[in-house]
Amino acid sequence: MSAGRIPNWADVTLVPLFSVALAFALSAVLIWAIGESPWDAVKLMVQGAFGSSYGWGYTLFYATNFIFTGLAVAVAFQARLFNIGGEGQALLGGLGVALVCLYIPWPHWSLALIAASLGAALFGAAWAIIPGYLQARRGSHIVITTIMFNFIAASLLGYILVNVLRVRGSQDPASPRFPAEVALPKLHEMLALVGIPFSRVPPVNISLLLAIFMCFAVWFMLWRTRLGYQIRAFGESEPAAEYAGISPARITIYVMLISGALAGLMAVNSVMGEQQRLVLNAVEGAGFIGIAVALMGRNHPFGVFLAAILFGFLYQGGAELALWMSIPRELIVVIQALVILFTGALDNMVRMPIARLFALRGGR
Amino acid sequence: MALTEPQMRQETAASDHAIELRGISKAFGPVQANKDISIRVRRGTIHGIVGENGAGKSTLMSILYGFYRADRGEILINGQPTEIPDSLAAIRAGIGMVFQHFKLVENFSVLENVILGAEAGGFLRPSLARARGLLQDLAREFELNVNPDALIEDLSVGHQQRVEILKALYREADILILDEPTGVLTPSEADHLFRILRGLKDQGKTIILITHKLREIMEVTDEVSVMRRGEMVATRVTAQTSPTELAELMVGRKVLLRVEKTPAQPGDPVLQLENLRVVDSQGVEKLRGISLDIRAGEILGIAGVAGNGQSELLEVLAGLRPAEGKARLRGTPFPLSGSGADAQTRRAQRIAHVPEDRQRRGLVMNFHAWENIAFGYHHDPAYNPSAWRMDNDAIREDARGKMERFDVRPPDPLLKASGFSGGNQQKIVLAREMERNPDLLLVGQPTRGVDIGAIEFIHQQLIHLRDAGSAILLVSVELDEILSLSDRIVVMFDGRIMGERLPEATNAQELGLMMAGMA
Amino acid sequence: MDIATLVQVLDSTLRLATPLLFACLAGLISERAGVFDIGLEGKMLVAAFMAAAIAFVSGNVWIGVAAAVAASVAMALLHGVASITFRGNQLISGVAINFLAAGITVVIAQNWFRQGGRTPSLSGDARMRRIDLPFAESVRDVPFLGPVYHGILSGHALLVYVAFLCVPLTWFVLFRTRFGLRLRAVGENPAAVDTAGVSVVRLRYGAVAICGVLCGLAGAYLATGLSAGFVKDMTAGRGFIALAAMIFAKWRPWHAMGAVLLFGLLEAVANRFQNMEILGLAVPVQAMQALPYILTVVILAGFVGKAIPPRAGGSPYVKEH
Repeated sequence: MSAGRIPNWADVTLVPLFSVALAFALSAVLIWAIGESPWDAVKLMVQGAFGSSYGWGYTLFYATNFIFTGLAVAVAFQARLFNIGGEGQALLGGLGVALVCLYIPWPHWSLALIAASLGAALFGAAWAIIPGYLQARRGSHIVITTIMFNFIAASLLGYILVNVLRVRGSQDPASPRFPAEVALPKLHEMLALVGIPFSRVPPVNISLLLAIFMCFAVWFMLWRTRLGYQIRAFGESEPAAEYAGISPARITIYVMLISGALAGLMAVNSVMGEQQRLVLNAVEGAGFIGIAVALMGRNHPFGVFLAAILFGFLYQGGAELALWMSIPRELIVVIQALVILFTGALDNMVRMPIARLFALRGGR
Repeated sequence: MALTEPQMRQETAASDHAIELRGISKAFGPVQANKDISIRVRRGTIHGIVGENGAGKSTLMSILYGFYRADRGEILINGQPTEIPDSLAAIRAGIGMVFQHFKLVENFSVLENVILGAEAGGFLRPSLARARGLLQDLAREFELNVNPDALIEDLSVGHQQRVEILKALYREADILILDEPTGVLTPSEADHLFRILRGLKDQGKTIILITHKLREIMEVTDEVSVMRRGEMVATRVTAQTSPTELAELMVGRKVLLRVEKTPAQPGDPVLQLENLRVVDSQGVEKLRGISLDIRAGEILGIAGVAGNGQSELLEVLAGLRPAEGKARLRGTPFPLSGSGADAQTRRAQRIAHVPEDRQRRGLVMNFHAWENIAFGYHHDPAYNPSAWRMDNDAIREDARGKMERFDVRPPDPLLKASGFSGGNQQKIVLAREMERNPDLLLVGQPTRGVDIGAIEFIHQQLIHLRDAGSAILLVSVELDEILSLSDRIVVMFDGRIMGERLPEATNAQELGLMMAGMA
Repeated sequence: MDIATLVQVLDSTLRLATPLLFACLAGLISERAGVFDIGLEGKMLVAAFMAAAIAFVSGNVWIGVAAAVAASVAMALLHGVASITFRGNQLISGVAINFLAAGITVVIAQNWFRQGGRTPSLSGDARMRRIDLPFAESVRDVPFLGPVYHGILSGHALLVYVAFLCVPLTWFVLFRTRFGLRLRAVGENPAAVDTAGVSVVRLRYGAVAICGVLCGLAGAYLATGLSAGFVKDMTAGRGFIALAAMIFAKWRPWHAMGAVLLFGLLEAVANRFQNMEILGLAVPVQAMQALPYILTVVILAGFVGKAIPPRAGGSPYVKEH
């Protein structure tokens, strides 16, 4: 099927860019088909997402979520494991954050942030280790079990919110508001320290720095530690990993722990940073967007960072579209689907023209 | 279409042959798998095709069954030029194929497998009934007894093979091709198979038997063709040839590689094996009681055609496959299964392993050369200054030294493994495994797909390691490699040791006969 | 619980099980042919929208059903192109299809009807009519038979009966016809089919197309039978419950019917009662909602009878020998 080889640099840049271009082109056709102007839509989206510090703030807030979930999927992909369970793991992460924030009196947000991060990671990891264990030791297909675990997580959280955490007398299935002490500093407060003015409205907060730090941490883990080395070797070739004495079962479980922890960390941004309480739909599909982000970012933390910004832009720009043009937000879901389709499932199709191009150049 | 007189005569003359190939050539990239092959197989005979590994037998048969298309050449079936673009065309031309690896649906019954693709209509019931009747006839006629309702996964390998033959007969194949059919059979199952084949021949079927076992050729075939390095070198009437002549034709007059070496100075035994047995997941016995020992400072060569248990032996010793039996390392017993029988433990016990398949096992093709130098030794404290950090610079430095000493070209640790030529990939693996001066080096096919210059270098390195006091277990299908490197030679056939020879007291012909099961 | 409630719950079990049954059989046929499909949800959703939209516009529910099937088959063929022709990752393709459906249905619904991503409510001929089985009225008051026949079995839309007829039909096709034999073989060992001279690609496309038809019927019933119109995300995980039922049934048609009836019953009970007391134990509604998924994980883990998928499932066929 492959028309030839593509140099490495082109593989990590041209292929995803071409995929995204295809996805955008098809989306433009869709916008045109529903009687709107694709050009106006793009202008509005760029203006809405990058035209003001307000727009930037929302873009970065969404991007923070997507960095966490994108890293979660990417780490699993490095070991050739497809973790579709980011959604459920992030929900459980939210529960971890809520318990830490509600039941322990924190003197300062910084301590609370550390504890909440640990709680989020721990709960997310705990939710991921069961599918991981079942895959490693019982051969249960991890894609199916993680899907099932998303639904189980939603039911579990529903039960806890309705029957345990709900505020007495309230009809709303949500936890009480977290104490003011655990409110995370927002980006505008942080920038004010260095004298940069920034909109106070968007919920972007210090979790952004945590997300960027996790990009580095994941990069370090994958390319600078023995564990990462073993994860990558296992992902590249299972027979070779066996030859090198790398246990597939152990790596599978470790990878799922890390992946689940990263997905869980998303809750620090959304639950602790924005909502300040635990609600039913705390994750809002960000777990799934992680799949598109990881695929587009070629499973590299830096790529995940860039792809997360792109999707942050799409989400913020999409909200503007819904507001000012008669294009529903769900257009973004279409773009997301097309990105997954082209970068993930139709990869071979996207590569063919690029490979042919290089074959032509090489032939000369 | 009206035929002219001479054409008609030609047709009649040619149709004595069930199959005729004219000038078939097939290349895969730079590798010429089949070179200008012409062969005629007379109708109603059993025609053997013999050759060493990689002689091009399987490629030729794949062309006949429509898996590959020949680059050049012509196929005539019963005298008619025939195009075989896919398997369906082959079936229509009356060709049936029994592959080495069966193409059966494991959880289907025998009947379902037999009718698959050749059903007698949209509904199964009449097809199954018809097949059941036919199977009964065939069973009576050819000793092809199989329970038609048994599931394939419950059948022995010998019975599964009968199902493959039944499939071909159900499709009314006139020409039956069997690819290494006895590789998975016990001797009595093989004898049974030959009785079946003779019975089929008596019914006028034409049979092509691809094998490397000369005993089988002598026993059942009428004519035999010999392939070597992609070419058809000779065709003989079996009754007028001998195993010795066939072995010579197979092996050819090879340019013997001269390896400078002094006589070995064997020391204490490093590895002692007693009655090693392996049964694979299919229930086939792969090793049937292997006993041998290797001393420090000697190279023990294991000769044999691929698939006779050598790979399993290497895997057992490398900790990749459990086995039964007794094993001692430097006099101390070590486990062959369970805990302590894993690859990491074996490496810690100073057993190094150059695997037969470097691209599947020995290297991670997408890893840089330096990452591959650490592969399997990634727990080495020199690479891990602390528990959580791997020192990539130290590994790169180490890799550069190892690559330079092993003459890897280019000696660039930052290049991906897939970017090196086959020979240089192999040198990376060898550098990794040999530079640690292991007590025991397991090495499989060290020069497969390696160019001449690199072969010489690799052979010298192996001799150096021997002289430095390592014990080396060398598995190779290249007879001249075995002959020129080994201090002792053991021939494996069918999971057993056929015998031991000293290189100076034997020759390729004798080993070739032993490898073909003719002791 | 009194008899009337029981009859009501069982009656709604049948209705709730219907889309699950179509989708479950759809997945079963696709996966039996070796093509994993986690995009059942997306295909159902697209079908639900098309059924409601076209039924509303045309005023005829059957035109809607035809449109639903066509749209679902188109999505199925997209999955086929990705996973059969281009040998892509079948799971990722399924995920993409689910999102594509979730997005595009709302975008188009908003564009066509401007009601916030929903279709207008259907009525009259744009909805599926309930069919009274023969003699349903006359046996109404007969003890036992009356409630079962009149109360539970009778009075459903045509597609409910079609769905349950699809069970023996699927069984027959899979296990009694040439097509079924080849289809099962291509999911177990495509090399066996290929060397037998049968096209692996054609068979798999055939299976994927049938999967599309059945998902189309599932979505159509959902929007025009079970509900009266399309709303955003109206499948609400039913595609995954169907997937769970398929695994639970270990890819066998009759067992699939059992599984969807069980899961349908759970949903019906959860709809009827918020909290249930079973043997003195309060069972929260969420437990009932999660039960299908939990049961499936238990089956997958092999603690109670291992679920082994078709052996060639999930991997594209590459010719080799």
